[in-house]
Amino acid sequence: MELIKPSFGLIFWMLIGFGILFFILAKFAWPIITNGIASRNKKINDQLEEAAKIHEEMESLNKKHEEMLAQAKSERDAILAEARKVSEEMYEKAKLKASAESQAMIEDAKKSIYFEKMKAITDAKNAIANFSIDIAQKVLTEELKDRDKQEAIVEKWMDDIHFN
Amino acid sequence: MSYKGIERILAAFFCTVIMLFACQKTFAQTTEGAEAENVEAVAEATEEEAFDAGPFIIEHVIDSYGWHICGDGDKSVTIPLPIILFDDGHAVVFLSNKLHHGEAAYNGYAMGWGENKGRIVKLDGDLYSEYTGHLEEGMEYPCHVCKWDISITKNVCALLISLILISCIFLSVAKRYREHPDEAPSGLQAFVEPVIVFIQDEVITPSLGKNSNKYAPYLLTLFFFIFLNNIMGIIPIFPGGANLTGNIAITGILALITFFVTTFSSGKEYWVDIFNTPGVPWWLKIPLPIMPMVEVIGIFTKPFVLMVRLFANITAGHIITLAFVSLIFIFGQMNPVIGWAVSPVSVFFYIFMGLMELLVAFIQAFVFTLLSAMYIGMAIGEEEHEEEATVVEA
Repeated sequence: MELIKPSFGLIFWMLIGFGILFFILAKFAWPIITNGIASRNKKINDQLEEAAKIHEEMESLNKKHEEMLAQAKSERDAILAEARKVSEEMYEKAKLKASAESQAMIEDAKKSIYFEKMKAITDAKNAIANFSIDIAQKVLTEELKDRDKQEAIVEKWMDDIHFN
Repeated sequence: MSYKGIERILAAFFCTVIMLFACQKTFAQTTEGAEAENVEAVAEATEEEAFDAGPFIIEHVIDSYGWHICGDGDKSVTIPLPIILFDDGHAVVFLSNKLHHGEAAYNGYAMGWGENKGRIVKLDGDLYSEYTGHLEEGMEYPCHVCKWDISITKNVCALLISLILISCIFLSVAKRYREHPDEAPSGLQAFVEPVIVFIQDEVITPSLGKNSNKYAPYLLTLFFFIFLNNIMGIIPIFPGGANLTGNIAITGILALITFFVTTFSSGKEYWVDIFNTPGVPWWLKIPLPIMPMVEVIGIFTKPFVLMVRLFANITAGHIITLAFVSLIFIFGQMNPVIGWAVSPVSVFFYIFMGLMELLVAFIQAFVFTLLSAMYIGMAIGEEEHEEEATVVEA
């Protein structure tokens, strides 16, 4: 029977004790603990959300970056290609110009050589003509010293002339 | 080791025990003639201090005026606790060791006997009203029970210890939250926090919804008070060992508080449900209000069941563990060898029951809190919580 008979003393102390315990915990422990847990939960959630957001941003930034990189690459390629083209053109032009110039110089040289040659030939011809005239003069004067010979020549020339 | 192996060992063990038991009997029979007198004398001696399991167990699960640690009779080590009485309008305070386990009276106060067993009585009559000294066992002294007894008994002492312990635990945890806000939990905080979160998320919020914050302090205090005291009850030595949550006064007060909280937080719907239960044929309400009567009884049976459930579960657990311990002594009385032989089995079952009690300690604290939360939730009468309130009661 004692087992199921509540004793007055225990009821008395239990009411006081549990009351005090409830008062202490409800005032100094539970609000702080539950708020602490809730605030930490909130913080963790916020940070997770923020992290997700940042991740997304990073991803978009990355994408942008990659796009920019690709664009820059293609631009660089285009510029390079153009530069190559220009340089090739320039090279070709320079080559052409150089060859033309050299051709012209060669032509000039050839011309001047020709002129010099012609001049030399003319000079030589003139000299030869003068010499031959001198020689002929001397020969003629030598030949036509006697009358016979003069007549023989005239006769010979006369023979050569044919009157048609 | 497989289950079969354990089974075989147990079987062999029991065979040995039974054989020893049989041997002892035959031994007793053969020597009956020769040492009849001697045996009789021994039997008488053993009978005198025969081990009686019933009172032994009950003594351990009920309250007492001193905190018994070990030993027996005069050689026992007992922490004396103050006895506080209000008798005839004046307070009387003295230590419980003055009563010598009920063998002595102090200033006319003594431990009760017979139907007053376990309570302090005041001896009546001119001869004994101021009597201090030895009391003869079995003698009927004229006496009356002291009604206003607020002694610091074993359970009150355990209650105070647990109050200090709980306060210390949660104030230190709260301090940690205050001083290190938004930091990862550590130490005691890490140990306690999952349980708090569990109670909040699984018990309080589903039952109370938006009223959670208002009732959370009570329900959390309730849970940790019951849980810690259940655990303390399992610990067999000093700070533990008092069967506090297995005491009907304690569970009764807890249930009563829940009853008052439920009643005072009740909304209009709660009373409408009771006196004009919807969905019930009219002839159950008029002219004979059968349903309202059942419902009104229900108001009181709910906390009553709360009280009995916790009390019975915890006390039953203790009784079973004590019974296993008693087995050793019961067998030991027949023959010390059998006593020794039985002890491993008893210890095994004792450990098993201890683990079971550990589980029960949590479950009962949980169930008490859950049902309290549900009753309060139902009384507030939120439509959305009605479904959850019909969860099967444990």
